[in-house]
Parts: sequence; C-alpha cells; structure tokens
Amino acid sequence: MTPPPPILACQAVVKTFRRETGEIVRALDGVNVEVGHGTLAALVGPDGAGKTTLLRLAAGLMTADSGDVAVLGMDIRRDAASVQARIGYMPQRFGLYDDLSVQENLDLYADMHGVTGPPRRQRYERLLHMTALGPFTRRLAGKLSGGMKQKLGLACTLIRQPELLLLDEPTVGVDPLSRRELWEIITDLVHGQGVSVVVSTTYLDEAPRAGMAIVMHQGKVLACGPPDEVCHIATGRVFRVRPASGQAARGLQARLLDAPGIVDAVPEAGLVRIVTVDTTPPTLAELEPPTSTRETFRDGFMVLMQSTQTQADEGLDQGFHQPATAPTAFSLQPTASPVVSVRGLVRRFGDFTAVDHVDFQVRRGEVFGLLGPNGAGKTTTFRMLCGLLPASGGELTVAGVDLHKTRASARQRIGYVAQKYSLYGQLSVVENLGFFASAYGLRGSRRRGRIEWAIREFGLADFARLTSEKLPGGYKQRLAMAAALLHEPEILFLDEPTSGADPLARRDFWRRITALAEGGVTVIVTTHFMEEAEYCDRIAIIDAGKIWAQDTPANLRQRARRDDQPEPTMEEAFLEIVEAARRGNP
Amino acid sequence: MRSIAEIFVTPRARRIWALIRKESVQVLRDPSSVAIGIVLPTILILLFGYGLSLDVTSVPVAVVLENPTPRATELAAGFRMSPYFDATVVTAMPRAQELMVQRKVDAIIRIRPDFARRLNGGDTEIQVLTHAIDANHARIVETYAQGAVAAWAARQRGEGKPVAGAGPVTVQNRLWFNEAFDSRYFLVPGLVVLVMTLIGSMLTALVVAREWERGTLEALFITPVAPDEILLGKTIPYFVLGLIGLAICLLSAKFLFHVPFRGSLWVLTGASMLYLLVALGIGLLISSALKSQFVAIMVTMLVTFLPAMMLSGFLFDLRSMPLAVQGITYVLPARYFVALLQTVFLAGNVWSVILPNAAALAGMAVVLLILTRGVTRKKLA
Repeated sequence: MTPPPPILACQAVVKTFRRETGEIVRALDGVNVEVGHGTLAALVGPDGAGKTTLLRLAAGLMTADSGDVAVLGMDIRRDAASVQARIGYMPQRFGLYDDLSVQENLDLYADMHGVTGPPRRQRYERLLHMTALGPFTRRLAGKLSGGMKQKLGLACTLIRQPELLLLDEPTVGVDPLSRRELWEIITDLVHGQGVSVVVSTTYLDEAPRAGMAIVMHQGKVLACGPPDEVCHIATGRVFRVRPASGQAARGLQARLLDAPGIVDAVPEAGLVRIVTVDTTPPTLAELEPPTSTRETFRDGFMVLMQSTQTQADEGLDQGFHQPATAPTAFSLQPTASPVVSVRGLVRRFGDFTAVDHVDFQVRRGEVFGLLGPNGAGKTTTFRMLCGLLPASGGELTVAGVDLHKTRASARQRIGYVAQKYSLYGQLSVVENLGFFASAYGLRGSRRRGRIEWAIREFGLADFARLTSEKLPGGYKQRLAMAAALLHEPEILFLDEPTSGADPLARRDFWRRITALAEGGVTVIVTTHFMEEAEYCDRIAIIDAGKIWAQDTPANLRQRARRDDQPEPTMEEAFLEIVEAARRGNP
Repeated sequence: MRSIAEIFVTPRARRIWALIRKESVQVLRDPSSVAIGIVLPTILILLFGYGLSLDVTSVPVAVVLENPTPRATELAAGFRMSPYFDATVVTAMPRAQELMVQRKVDAIIRIRPDFARRLNGGDTEIQVLTHAIDANHARIVETYAQGAVAAWAARQRGEGKPVAGAGPVTVQNRLWFNEAFDSRYFLVPGLVVLVMTLIGSMLTALVVAREWERGTLEALFITPVAPDEILLGKTIPYFVLGLIGLAICLLSAKFLFHVPFRGSLWVLTGASMLYLLVALGIGLLISSALKSQFVAIMVTMLVTFLPAMMLSGFLFDLRSMPLAVQGITYVLPARYFVALLQTVFLAGNVWSVILPNAAALAGMAVVLLILTRGVTRKKLA
C-alpha cells in the first residue's frame, strides 16, 4: 500500500519578479517543502522571505517559473480549478468587503461556493458560533475590530469545509487576545475536523503551536520539520546573564551582541538571554557566571538566520557606532523630575473615547514603552504629546510645556518618528536629511555637520544617492530615525518603529535606542511586539484607551506568575492583565 | 437568512447575481461611488446648464451717432433694444474711443454722419471696431453686430424702405439646427458624454482597482467563479448606473433646458449603450492592468475624461484643430458619440451620420471587451 500523497509538496520551486526599477527579485529560490495530511504547518520568516508567494502558488493564484507544486496530489498548474474547489485561502487583510455587513460577506462567499439550502444555514450557525460573531451579523465589516475582521475572514474561507486551508499572516495587526482565539480555532480545525492548515506568520512565538515549522528567509527554506527541531538547534547554547547591579539589562545586552562567540542577546526579565555559537558558556569579566536555560524557537531561529546573515552583519558593524556625543553617566534616581508628565489625559472623537484618563510620567534618560493592540490609543496619545492633536481633557507637559499650546519652537526639543516613517519617497537619502535639517532650522556648518553625522552614524553612506522609497526596509527605518535626531532632541517619540521589520533589524534598532538612552535622550516608544517590552525601563499596558498596568517588565511578568506558569512570558503577562481588565470592565 | 440568489437555478447564474447584488450594495453605501455616479453628473448639468454658457449677452458697446437722422436713429435703437448688447449712444467718436480705452465698452459701432444719404445712394458703411484682446469674444461681438444690422435692414425692408447695396447691411446669416444660437443646445447633449465617461470608465476603474488593492479579488479568485462572471458582475451594475445617468441628462435636457429633441429616443439610447460599453471596457482594462486606485483614476482621467471634454467636439470644433490633433481624435470613442448625440438631438435621425459613428463605437466596444476578457485571469501575476 502506498502512503497518501502529501497535501502540499513543492519541489525546486523558483519564482521571480521584476521590480519597477528593473531588478529581478527571486521571491522563491529553489523551495522544497512537504506538508502531510492533517498537519498544522507554520510558515515563519521575516518580511520578504517569500511566505506570501509560496501560499499564492499553492492556491493557484500564481504560477511558478520552474519546479513543481502539487496540492492534494494534483499539479496546481494543470488542475488549478479542481484544487481550488477543495482548498480554502485567506489572503492578507482577509479579503473582506468593508461596505458589506458580516451577513452579506458570508452570503457572497456562500453564493460563490454554491453552498445553498439547509447545509448553508447549518454552516452559518456553526461558523457564527465558532467565531462568536452571531450578535454582529448586521454590522459592516469595515466597522469590526481587527480581531473580528480576522475571524470573519476565516469564516468566509470556511463556508465550505476545505481539505487544506492556507492562511496568509492572519494574526498581523491583531491584539494578543484575538491571536490566541484564532489559534484555538485553527487547532480545533486540525485536530477536531482533520483539516490540514498552512499558516504564515512573522511572530516567532506562534510557531511552536504548530506541528511543523517551515522557516523561510530570502526565498529559501532554512528548516522544515517539527518546531522542536528548530529549538534543538540552540540546545545547550542558551544562557542567562545577570547584569552588574545598577546596569540596565539592555546596556549589557548591547555590549554582549558584539562579543565574540555570541549569536544573539536579548533582555529578559531584568537578565540578558544569550545564544552562543557552541555549548561552552562564555566567561564574562566582572559578572556572575551565566546560568544555562531552556532553548526556545526564537533561539533556534536566530541561529538559522545568523548562518545566512554574515553579509548583513558586516553592514551592521559598519553602520553602528556609539553615539558621537559622549554618553553622560546617568543614574536613574526616582526623585528626578519627569520630562514627560501626563495626568488624566482624555481624547474623544465624537462619542468614541480613544484615550481615557491616562496617567504616566517619564524621567530623563528613561526608555518608556506603550504596549497594546492596534486601536488601543497609543498613536492618539503620541499625537497629543507631540502637540499634533489637542487633548479633550487632562494635563500634559513635555519638557515642561504643553506643545499644543506653546509656540512651535518648543518642538525643537522633541523628535518624532511616525508610523510608516514620514519620508519623501522620491527624494534621496541626502535630500531627505537636507529637507528635515532645514525644517528644524539647522543652517551652515551645523547643518552640514549633522547631516554628515547622520550618514556616518546610521551607516547610510552606501545609499546616500538612492531615493528613500528604494531603500531596503531596515534602512528606511534608520533614515527616519536619523531625520528625527538631526536637531539633537532631548526626547524621542517612536510610533511602532519596528512594525514589519525582521528580527535582526529590530535587534539593530533597539541597540540604537540603548545607545541613545545612555546618551541621556528620553525615549518613548510604542510597539505591539510583546518581547520588545523587555528593552524598556518601564512599560504601560494600554487597551481600549486605558492604562491597566505600569511597571518594569520584570515586575509585570511576576504578576502573571502561577503554578502552571512559573515563568510567564511578556505576552502571557499582557494577556493576564488585559483579560483581567476586560473582565472587570465589560 | 434566505437570499434571493437561491432562486437562481444554476450555480453560475447564482454567482453572477451575487456579484451584481454585492456591487450594487457597495455603490449605494460608498459615498465616493454616489459622488461620481450621481452627484457629479448633477453638478455638471447645473453648471453647464445654468452657469457656464458660451453665449455672450449684454455686450457693452458704444454706438456713435454723429448725425441723428431718423434712419440712423432707428439703427442705433436696434442696438439698444437687442438683448445681446448693452448700448451706450454717444454723439462723437472721441468719447467712444475713451470708453473703449477704459474697457467700459467692448466695441464701437460708428454710424457716420452721411449714413442716411449714402444709404439712399446704395453705398452704406457702418464701422465696427472691436476690442480684440480676447479674439474669440471679438469675433462673436462682430457677428452680433452684423446680425443686429441685418435685423434692422430686414425691418426696413418690411416697412417698404429700400435698403440697397452690398456690404454689412445685406449680411445674410442663417443658423441651422441651433436657430436660437443657444450654446446649451449643444452643451447639454455633450454632457451625456461626460457622464457616461465618468460612470463607465472612471468609476469602474476605481472600483476594480480597489478590489485589487484591498485583496478582495484574491479571495474571490479562489472560489469557483469564472473570469467572465467577475466581469459581468462589474459590467452590469455600472451599465445600469450609466443608464440612470443618461436618464438624468435626458430629462434635464428636455424639461430644465428645453433642448429640442429631434431624433428618436431609441437611437439615442442605443448609441449611449454602445458608448457605455466602450467606456466600461476602457475602465476595466485600465484597472486590471494597473491595480492601483490612484494610478487608475489618473490614467482614466487622461485617456478618457479629458479627451472627452477637449477633443470630442463637445466644447471645441474639431475642424478648427490642427491636423495632427484631428488625427488623434479618430481613436477617441467620445468623438463618435458626440457626433451621434448632436445629430440625434438637434438634427434628427440622419442615418448617414448615425450609422458610421455607431459602427465605429460598436467596433471599439467589441475590441475592448475581447481585450478585457483576455487580460482578466484568475491569477495575480
């Protein structure tokens, strides 16, 4: 008896695209993947790894340049229609019509798939129950929250039970609670109903939930197997180091990144987690010996990435220096007066309260994080702090003044990097810097000096003449930060600076933040990557416009500590806090 | 949760109906569709119907009456009474020149002191001096002046007074098809072209590109829907919307602006449907190729709306354009549609004009729809 063919099999698949600039991009470069029946496979990798292209090929929406893609044992090129009749596919952004109600979206897809009569009604009932969208059938899809949209998209895809379900980044931009619910639904589909699922994600912590992980990077598959195999790559090579007393974990982490024999270092619960090139623990002067710890998927992933990243690392070394401004030694005294002070801050849009009595203080040289799902009120708070939006109520001072009420000159003291970076795509790197320097009123030798500083400091020399829209992702972020730092602000606001960046670029980014904070710059940053909270001195957890907790990352994690959860992750702590808040505040 | 779609027997019919219904709901709910499909045409109609008129009325002129003989006075009175002029009668040329220099008048009509005597001698001359900075305007004023003189001459003849000789006095100026010489008569039919172009090309290009941008087409492609079903689902609702726009234009032409309608309504509707198909074809083709709302709207604006306005004969006479530009107009569907519209509205069913223009539109519609069907595949790249 021959075993059943795999549900998805790719052999030596190559797919290239031509960019507008004429260069050829190899989105898939000789991909071999095999997913068995009833498997839940997670497709993991940074942006641009080729995940979406692979899913689109499997769905028959694109054709490979060469190689074979077989789905359900059929050649997708020849039998696209019969394959499509048996699979489900949810594109990024869920494929919903915003102008149609929940019910109308379901009706449309049911009609498209030819699901009628009693089976249709039964299916509706089941899907609405599963997604808990029953009470919202008349609401327009565009008015749903990210998490609800994602569940509706999934329901539309499942209107006809598929044998294979392809989900393209279903959890992007969705809050952790909704992410967990979605994974519960997916897990139930696989184990309870025998559906095979391939789901792509940029969240590394989601991979262990799957039965199989496909790690992709730059069009190549780096690993394909049980998630544990990826974890095991780092077995015996993961340690924790306690920083010297008085030293911030991120300071030690930044230094350890450059130490020989260390692949990765991240701050974790006040300690620094390191991954080494071999199993001998590094000896670090003046520090307690490292303690060995359990490896995670991320650790293995970083080792895999490191093996392909030698080139990029050289770029990083060339690009990164300690700030030219001599770092002044800062001791964070609790008595130090706050640079940013917010009391009872309220912002209403019509009858919707985006920011609801928010209080926090940030001291000089502190890195303060606002952590929360999309739509929690982070960006609105930022805009008020930067004086771009008037507050509906409450007090706020930034460097001693309310920027909305004082003259624009006070804004000289702050730097702001907006979401998606406010750069001029058609201008070159140098022209962008020149423009922002003029906008901040820099002139003459100071202007020249600061632009030179920015190019040197952020490693932009090789790209100086390139227009900013053509910069690789990580460099766009560098340029945006450079532009915001030209006028040497005391306070830096960064709104989701790492959104869409791959783990290495994010690590690079946080290294800069660490250096800036050591130089005395106060940094306020928003993020929805829970693990990034570890880089902050203090974080505020914000949801539905309210701050529910405000403390150091280590203390917040302690709150979620239970017997069955002795070492909660930042995400678990976040879920604990937000769920408690939502229970108490229905 | 029953839907009307369930009464359709075949899955194919059910899918097409579901797409049409979806599209219609979207048009009704989306303010930008309503704006382009209904509000903009209405504004255009009111703007062109009431505000923008190419007619010139109440032109300030100075009539120089140097010797007020009865017949000369009558001529001057002709100018004073005409709705086209706002005439100031002066008795000496220097005063008139002064008014002209100050731009208080746009023209000087000089009736010479020997007017009456020369008239009898059959050798009349009236001097018309126009302020010619705006050449177009000057030409219109000149024509009006000739008209006013001609009207005076006709009245004189009617009263049995001899008006002999050639020259401006005997100008014969007849206006065919637009006897009232009212620009609304050709502007309002021309509006049908703009409205059909807006709905057919721009709105369609916008909504298809939007589906590409939002990833909804990607989700539809995975369903059993066929490419021609997607096309029909897009074409039919906007075809109907275009016909509604047509009805708005025709009703306002007839009842608001009293434009004569001499041809058959069926011929007009048929021609409009043909043009609508061409416009839809262009819109679908552009949006399938470009897949971005912003670029699609810019390109449709450039290749359909602006040419329909400038190069279709709607605002400017094609024959007075340079040859090269005239050549370009032959590839523009709007040119044929404008010719059809103006004929059907103002001249009647002139088959020698209708048939070739309709044939050109039909040919374009077929080519475009075949091309559109060709580029619409259930593939992303």
